[in-house]
Amino acid sequence: MKWYIDSDRPIYKQLVEQIELRIISGVYAPGDKLESVREMAMDAGVNPNTMQKALAELERMELVFAQRTSGRFITEDLKVIEEAKKNLAVQEIGAFLEKMKKLGMGRNEILVLMEKIEEGEKDDDHIKH
Amino acid sequence: MTILSTKNLTKSYGKKTALANINMEIPRGRIIGLLGPNGSGKSTFIKLAAGLLVPTAGEITIDGDAPGVDTKAKVSYLSERTYLNDWMRVSEIIAFFEDFYTDFNRIKAENMLKDLNINPDDRLKTMSKGTKEKVQLILVMSRQAQLYLLDEPIGGVDPAARDYILNTIITNYKEEASVIISTHLIADIEQILDDIIFINQGELVLSSSVDEIRETHNKSVDGLFREVFKC
Repeated sequence: MKWYIDSDRPIYKQLVEQIELRIISGVYAPGDKLESVREMAMDAGVNPNTMQKALAELERMELVFAQRTSGRFITEDLKVIEEAKKNLAVQEIGAFLEKMKKLGMGRNEILVLMEKIEEGEKDDDHIKH
Repeated sequence: MTILSTKNLTKSYGKKTALANINMEIPRGRIIGLLGPNGSGKSTFIKLAAGLLVPTAGEITIDGDAPGVDTKAKVSYLSERTYLNDWMRVSEIIAFFEDFYTDFNRIKAENMLKDLNINPDDRLKTMSKGTKEKVQLILVMSRQAQLYLLDEPIGGVDPAARDYILNTIITNYKEEASVIISTHLIADIEQILDDIIFINQGELVLSSSVDEIRETHNKSVDGLFREVFKC
């Protein structure tokens, strides 16, 4: 999986977000062992200290836990993962609504359009099948 | 925990001041970008740390000592220009380094040469500029030094090799070692840096961590550099 680092935000924050997304989407399964900081840093092409900082933040968020001798693991607490997923969804929807507001779209307009698009996708499915 | 420290470090060439009253402490375990426009004093600073130049005033110490025989054993320096003999084969230069530096790791060097498809039997003079640069960087990074001083290490190499070299820098230095990289190709190395030092006209303008800059200025180090040093 590729890492995407854009240029104007703190790098560790972007690493936190991307690892969080991997946990939520199941790329990293609950209880999975993470690679060493150095290996992860090399994979992402970032400084090991920055990766360390990102992992410390994920530990603080309880998405990741460290076991003194054997390394770092993804949390096995599904509630924590579910909570993170919900928070992320709320953020994304907030950003989406903000953009729609800028386009001058009202709530109903958005809903109608969303339904239309969903139907369109269904139609496409019919054609494919 | 400090590997390099300076007090009012000043260097003049005749009437021209190249560095003026630089005070800094560089801790161990960091990768530091030494950034500044052309002629700002980057190379002078690196040469002072490498012991190739002597301060006009003030002092610079490495692991507590002024640059000299002792510090040279701890410092791995990549110069701007090559000092290797053109007629030598890579394998001969490796033997030379192995003789000269007790901390040189031959196996590491040979693995890196293989990864970058460089034939150890080739002579330097038959190589392109970029390949020569790669060879030099491999030699420098194959030492288990405490401080690496890299003066413009990636200027002439292609982007793919650049990624490999940056990964080499990340993975090869030990946790108690630090790396100082002088460059103007900021965007390319920004992701691997902990801290940056901006110098301009011989003076220290800013020293900060990369993420601090992104946090407070909402822009990359590269973006900030372009703003600060706008011509």
